[in-house]
Amino acid sequence: MSEHIRSQKPDSTTENQIMVRVQNLKKHFPITKGIIWSKQVGAVKAVNNVSFDIMKGETLGVVGESGCGKSTTGRAILNLLKPTSGKVFLEDIEITALNDNELRHLRPRMQMIFQDSYDSLNPRHSVAKIIAEPMVVNKTGSPAEIRDRVMELLELVGLNPNHAVRYPHEFSGGQRQRINIAKALALNPDFIVCDEPISALDVSIQAQIVNLFQDLQDQLGLTYLFIAHDLSMVQHISHRVAVMYLGQIMELTSCKNLSDNPLHPYTQSLMSAVPIPDPTRERNRTRIILEGEVPSPSSPPRGCVFHNRCPIAKDFCGDKMPEYKEIIPDHFLACHLADDKGGSLITV
Amino acid sequence: MTKILSVKNLVIKFHTFDGVVHALNNVSFDLQKGETLAIVGESGSGKSVSMLSLLHLLPMPPAKIENGEAWFYGAGKEPVDLLKLNRSGISKIRGGKIGFIFQDALSALNPVMTIGRQISESTMEHLGLSHAKAKEKTIKLLDRVGIPGARQRYDNFPHQFSGGMRQRVMIAVSMACNPKIVIADEPTTALDVTVQAQIVDLTKELQKEFKIAVVWITHDLGVVAGMADRVLVMYAGAPVEIAEAQDLYANPQHPYTIGLMNALPSVKGHEDSRLTSIDGMPPDLMEEPHHCQFAWRCPYTFDRCWKEIPQQIMVGENHVVSCFFDVENRRPRGHV
Repeated sequence: MSEHIRSQKPDSTTENQIMVRVQNLKKHFPITKGIIWSKQVGAVKAVNNVSFDIMKGETLGVVGESGCGKSTTGRAILNLLKPTSGKVFLEDIEITALNDNELRHLRPRMQMIFQDSYDSLNPRHSVAKIIAEPMVVNKTGSPAEIRDRVMELLELVGLNPNHAVRYPHEFSGGQRQRINIAKALALNPDFIVCDEPISALDVSIQAQIVNLFQDLQDQLGLTYLFIAHDLSMVQHISHRVAVMYLGQIMELTSCKNLSDNPLHPYTQSLMSAVPIPDPTRERNRTRIILEGEVPSPSSPPRGCVFHNRCPIAKDFCGDKMPEYKEIIPDHFLACHLADDKGGSLITV
Repeated sequence: MTKILSVKNLVIKFHTFDGVVHALNNVSFDLQKGETLAIVGESGSGKSVSMLSLLHLLPMPPAKIENGEAWFYGAGKEPVDLLKLNRSGISKIRGGKIGFIFQDALSALNPVMTIGRQISESTMEHLGLSHAKAKEKTIKLLDRVGIPGARQRYDNFPHQFSGGMRQRVMIAVSMACNPKIVIADEPTTALDVTVQAQIVDLTKELQKEFKIAVVWITHDLGVVAGMADRVLVMYAGAPVEIAEAQDLYANPQHPYTIGLMNALPSVKGHEDSRLTSIDGMPPDLMEEPHHCQFAWRCPYTFDRCWKEIPQQIMVGENHVVSCFFDVENRRPRGHV
């Protein structure tokens, strides 16, 4: 399937170099029963057959409800969780085929930023030590060089270099997230997975951190996988957005397409559920409110995983899984009810 | 419009080992019958504390109500001051005339008690219903808040429900005793957007049906836009702006409100634009305020902002702002 995607994408030009390629990625967590003779009785299909590319210097946003597998996708790409099957490439290196030692040498190029800025910092280490740690581990220079680099990084993320001697609890949530960003940048990575980095922050601080992410991308040419559940923030920061539901990508397209012409009924209902901060528009628009809640990923519905909540589902939607394909250029979709011209069937 | 609740000059301090936290500084507002008042603010701005204190739900000590009145007009003919009530007095109102919806439904519900018992318990206590009648009323209510198979679910425990369903149970608990006011403390923050939309719609329906005044505490300006009649914006323990929702979004007056509005991305995202953030951080509440708390982050400060605490100024019909600067006309406001 992804071979087919690749053939349709003009990716040989230097501008559109692929940074990360994910092919048919699956991550299933086994459910076991019994303590002594434990046997597998099922699997939580957290990520089920996901394929996409991320271009160099691009931000790919991933949105979806809790439990849809967006964080697992991010972790499986970095091999923090070993994928059940599927391939992940960083440029032309197949990450999933590397052994531990080779992987360790590749790690500096890919980093992760977590949601909980406090839990991801060692409370017993000073900020200087936290940021220096990746460089010490990877032996990137002499102690003096590392110290200079720490100061440089602190300045880069908008913190006062004099605060390097302080400890994580002395900082606010937004500042702690800046420390995490500095730590992730320490080894000059190419690719960063940001797992809900702004969800725990207040609105006015969120804006500061989002701006910082954008500035760093402009300065350093970083590539982001930006995971969040706040659709409006994701649309703001991303170039393209993938909408996930029950471990699968439902729709992947540019932000403009997503807001102007969302094709998947799930995307449409997700967009209409996001409240607009404007009373006149918010009160006068028609909403598609989905019934019920997300089914359990251990027993997803047969056929299209969305068909039991889909407002326009037809009988055949429950029979077989729709193919995830590029329906119009730069617009990937997994829905039976879309035609080749851009899904005129899907108007709710 | 008639008042149902009137809070005047509420001051709350937390006496901790590290010092005194000035959680609320002079909060005053009114709540009208049947309206939705949204309280918006960042974490630590005092939005939850102000509401919890009214129902004596703050741990005292360390919290201490230093000053203020909260007149509730819904219990009998005479208004009562909620803050002056004793234990048994507030118990009669809390959960009865004033309901509460908490953010985390799992920890707010009793894990070892069926949800049916939890709801009927309050109706038996407050409305004096018999066991059988309370059960019937509870099942009707569960059905009304959209729990499928209400009669079978009556005997289920909280952990057997999903997050959205639990929040529906919480709503049923809060509305079981025909309350006059329901206080919803970030009820949708932990939920996904699609479920949030369901809960918001349900609350709006029930509010109309039972003519309840709702106080909706949140930090999400999007949710507020859809449901609030009036909005109270709080910053560092004090209300900075109170206005009707339409008016507030179209014509924000306080620099903090303006900053908040600009910090939001529009849903029709433009890739290249930057968000306008508010520089700096909220102030340390350990220091007693002697001037405008927003002055550190405000782009419009002048000498007066550092000398006095701004009082509430009427700038339009039902539009009150606590700021010395007239942002629209780029000049300080005259003495009012």
